Parts: sequence; C-alpha cells; structure tokens
Amino acid sequence: MNITVKLFASFRNGRFEIKSGDYPPGTTVADVSDCLNLPQNELGIMLVNSCHVKLDRVLVEGDTLALFPLLGGG
Amino acid sequence: MDKIARIDMGAAGGPKVTVGDLGEYAGLGGRAMTSLVVAAEVHPLAHALGAENKLVISPGMLSGTTGSMTGRLSVGCKSPLTGTIKESNAGGQAAQVLARLGYAAVILEGKPVGDDLYKIVINKDGIKVIVDNSLKMMDNYLLVAKLRQEFGDKVAYMTIGSAGERKLLAASIACTDPELRPTRHCGRGGVGAVMGAKRVKAIILDDAGMKMRPAKDLDKFRDANRLFVEGLRKHPVTGEGLPAYGTNVLTNVLNEAGGYPTNNFKSGQFAGSSKISGEAQAELEIKRGGSATHGCHRGCVIQCSGIYNDKDGKYLTKQPEYETVWSHGGHCGIDDLDTIAQLDRIDDNIGVDTIEMGVTIGIAMDAGLIEFGDKAGAIRLMEEVQKGTPLGRVLGSGAGITGKVFGVERVPVVKNQALPAYDPRAVQGIGVTYATTTQGADHTAGYAIATNILKVGGDVDPLKTEGQIELSRNLQIATAAIDSTGMCLFIAFAILDQPETFQALLDMLGSFYGITMTGDDVVALGKKVLSAERDFNTRAGFTKHDDRLPRFFYNEPIAPHNQTFLMKDEELDEVFNW
Ligand code: SF4
Repeated sequence: MNITVKLFASFRNGRFEIKSGDYPPGTTVADVSDCLNLPQNELGIMLVNSCHVKLDRVLVEGDTLALFPLLGGG
Repeated sequence: MDKIARIDMGAAGGPKVTVGDLGEYAGLGGRAMTSLVVAAEVHPLAHALGAENKLVISPGMLSGTTGSMTGRLSVGCKSPLTGTIKESNAGGQAAQVLARLGYAAVILEGKPVGDDLYKIVINKDGIKVIVDNSLKMMDNYLLVAKLRQEFGDKVAYMTIGSAGERKLLAASIACTDPELRPTRHCGRGGVGAVMGAKRVKAIILDDAGMKMRPAKDLDKFRDANRLFVEGLRKHPVTGEGLPAYGTNVLTNVLNEAGGYPTNNFKSGQFAGSSKISGEAQAELEIKRGGSATHGCHRGCVIQCSGIYNDKDGKYLTKQPEYETVWSHGGHCGIDDLDTIAQLDRIDDNIGVDTIEMGVTIGIAMDAGLIEFGDKAGAIRLMEEVQKGTPLGRVLGSGAGITGKVFGVERVPVVKNQALPAYDPRAVQGIGVTYATTTQGADHTAGYAIATNILKVGGDVDPLKTEGQIELSRNLQIATAAIDSTGMCLFIAFAILDQPETFQALLDMLGSFYGITMTGDDVVALGKKVLSAERDFNTRAGFTKHDDRLPRFFYNEPIAPHNQTFLMKDEELDEVFNW
C-alpha cells in the first residue's frame, strides 16, 4: 500500500522532507519510524491525515504520516 | 527593587516625580504588580487615553538578578483596544536594568496639557523628565539612533513610534535588545497609545554604577539557577527546537494539524506554508549571514530569536516569530519570507503589534481593499499607517474597527483583540483561553497548544471538548504566576515536563527572597492576579457574554477537520470557578 511520509525540523537531517513509498499491509507508525532510524524517545508529534496518533496506529492505503520531534513555540 | 516611582505627567507646573516605598505592593513584580496596581488605582470606567489611566511598568520578581531567563518586563494599564485590564509583556534589556536601578514599578500617571513631548531618564541619581520636541513623530529605528548619540550604548531604551504618538489602538512600546535594536515589543492591547497619550516618547534606563540584585541566600540561589539552566538545556524543546528553529517551527506543525488559520480563518491549511516555515527561515537566515539563534536579552539560555538579513546580507529585522509570520503570512495568503520580514520591520519601526496589524491586513483583504496574497499591497497598507492617513488610522486601530468600517462579518477578535495563530475549531483548548482570558484573545494567557498539539506537559485531544476547561484554567493560573516572576514563558515547556526543573524555579524564588516557596504558593499567586484582573473587568462592565468567540467559529466548520468550536457557554463560565 502507498503511504506518504513527511519529516520536519531535525528529523530531516540526513533523511528527506517528503517521500511516498510502498509499505506492507499492517505497517504501523512505529514500523515506519524504526525503518527511518528515528529514536522513539525523540518522537514528539505524530499525525496521520492531520490527526494525532500513537505509535501503534496501523496505517492504511493513501495515509499521510507526519513526524516531528518534540517542539515548542508560541 | 524596594521603591516605586510615580510620575505625574499632568502635575501643575510640569511633570512631578515621587519615589515611595512599596507599601501594600511589597514582594510583587511583573504582571502581579501591574495588574494589582491597575485594579486598585485605575477607575474601571476611565477613558484609557485619559488622565485617569495609569501606565505601570514593572520588572519581574527575579529581574536584575544573575538568574537566567529573568529579563521579561510587564507593562499594564486599562487597554484602549479592549477596555479590559491589560498586561503586555516583552523581552529586551529594560527589565534587567530597571530592576537593578531598584524600581519595582515606574507608574506614569495623569496627562499633560499642550503638545510637548517628553523623555524620561532614569539612572542611579534619580529620575528626570525632560521636554524634547525634536523627537516628534520619529519612528523607532531613527529615534533610538538619535537617542544613542545622546545617551550612548550602555543603556536600555523604551520607546514609542509614530503609532503611539497618534494613539492608534494597535500601538506598542518597543524595548531595545542587547544590540540596541528596538525589536522587542510590549505589543498587545495598545499600551503604546497610553504612553503616547501621556506624551512620553522615550524612557532611557541607565544602570551604570548599580549592581546585580543579591539573593538572600546566595549559595542556594546559585545552585538552583544552575539546576534550572541544566533543565532548560536538556529538554528537547528549550534545549534544541527553540534555539535551532525559533517559534516559527510551529508553522509546519499547525498546518499539518489543520489548525493554521488561512486567508482570514477560511481554511485550516495553507498551500504556501512550507515556504514560510521555521525550517526554511532558519536555513535562509544562516545562508545570508544572519543567525537563527539569538537571545532577546542577556541571560536568556533558550535564545528562540534570530537575525534576519535581506538579500544583500544587510540586517533587516529580528527573526519574525511564529505569530508574526502567520499574521502577515498565511492569514494574508502571503508565502514570501522577505515580504513578511519587511512587514515585521515596519511594525517594529512605527511601533505596532504584529498580531493585531497582520490580522487587520487580512480583514482589509477580505473586504476587497486588496487581494489575498498581494505582497506589495500589504506593504502599501502599512505605509498608510506610517503616514497616518485616514485609511492608515483606521487600520492602525486594529481588526475590530477595520472590520466594522469595511463591513466585514468574519472578524476574529475577542474583546476587540485579534486572535493569534491557532484556529480554535481545530484546537478547542486554545479557544477556551481566547474566550475567557482577562486580556482579550491571547494565546500566551493559557497556552493550550502545548498539551493539545505539541504533547508537552500532557496529552489532551485538540478536537474534543473533554479536559479543555480544566487545562485552560490551570495554564491561565500558572501563566499569571510566571508572568510575575520576570521569567520568559517558554520555560513552561521544561517545567511542565520536568518536576526537578520546576523545583529549581521554586528554589530560585525562595532563596532569593529568603522564604520557602511551594507549588501551592505559585498557584495562589496566579489566582490572586487573575482574580484582581477579573474583578477590574467586571467593574468595567464585562460579563460572561464577553467570554465568547465570534459567532462564525460556532457556525462555519473549517477544513480539514470540518468542525466548529464545540465548547458550551456553560462550560466556558466554569473556567474561573476554582
Ligand atoms: S526564549 Fe526567546 S522570547 Fe524568551 S527570553 Fe529567550 S529570546 Fe526572549
């Protein structure tokens, strides 16, 4: 199934900004982040199609996953 | 900080300075000082630009010490924009210098007759109020350059530009940064108009010959400060994210989460967001020889700011922060960082709040004055404000008035103050704060974004109503307390997540004043401030019906979540029931 992954802030260093790819059915957010070598304790904001999700969220065809480190502003 | 100076600008025979002890205001600083003085001493029905209003300037409880992050200044009055009590908070050098000079507050009272313009010089020898009509209608950059010829570079300046002199409701008070740029503003609520009404153009703060304020328990204070700094350095937000990308890192976050108000709150996502994101901004700043990491005052270890150079590598402005990039960017359909930086420079120069002005330009676009996305048009409108044309004066009076003058229905204001950069339909928690804070729509008053969107300090679903009232209440209480300490609010990211860093803050306060300070004391302080502010607003005529968002937030769902603001009125009325 096709998933679009977007990375932000320091997660882009040595990786990419946006990439679509083929993933096996049943892939979770944790699987994608492991595959990108993103340390789980650095994961801050995880969004699938603009909604917050947890690591165990199972992705489906056409999902857009956005991953951010812990961030703040104001 | 053992004295309060009162300057009666309207005294017979010219301005009169009286310096007295703290009396009932002993131990207060920052927002606690400004709000308690305004609540006790300003008639709630006073005209904000009249002699009855007071402008209270107060460094925080820990300002002027060796404690890091302590350089925030509070300015309070009755707001000409909202009609409520107002505390407007800025960085820059002013708070540290004023605190070292020993003033817990400087209060401008009364109003002179005639149109002489004054500058106030505060140094170790006392306070002088001097007529200087050569400063008339100068804007902040030239004004500070001129004042530097007279007073040099080892002082801090607080100034108003032409907007303040014209008493425009969006007018701010500029504070100079460590490099003497007038870029750190008490922006919100028209405090610059109150200073202008009192005919004070500039306050020059010179702490030559003064020392750091000593803590009662020096060793304990030093140790607590060290732990506090360690805590800030190790937290990913205050130690990495904010220094590297500044607050504008939120553009991508809010856009991805569907809460980025676009084209005057018509959509929650902006197609041009990545071009104006914090990531793009930091890269451009570094490439042009500016900096993506800069502190607004000495002693800031987070350094969320930066230096923005133009195409030729010449200084243009400080790093426009998230709210500014949004108000002039996505809100106006503008996806160009250079245009946004130019608008930021104009705002700082004439002395207006970047949130109020940007939102106002978006309203003018909605009215058809210019098109959404019209970069040159946006700059032209700001030039009208600078020139003080009739159109410029309307725009400089803010979003509410501009919406009325041009017959716009969708006007995002609460208590006549423009909403900041988070759509309350996609982030319900911040809507609770916008609606209920004593200040008019204000994100900093109870920053529910942290928990709703950023997942710092807890996790509350931004699209649901559950937990939002309690969240906003607790944040509003904590914020009122932090705003009183002189600490930058961004420490909250670390103290919410790390109990030992919160304890270090308590120990800094305790060891400085020679008392024991607990979490309960902080809560009590926050409640005391909020209660005084609420009481003032009630006496000024505000009721629960003012604690609401504009109707379009209840009636128009917004993409991508296709949701409205869901909080019930009765729930909003519970925020201050503690
Ligand atoms: S974190 Fe930013 S706003 Fe806060 S004191 Fe430092 S530079 Fe100023």
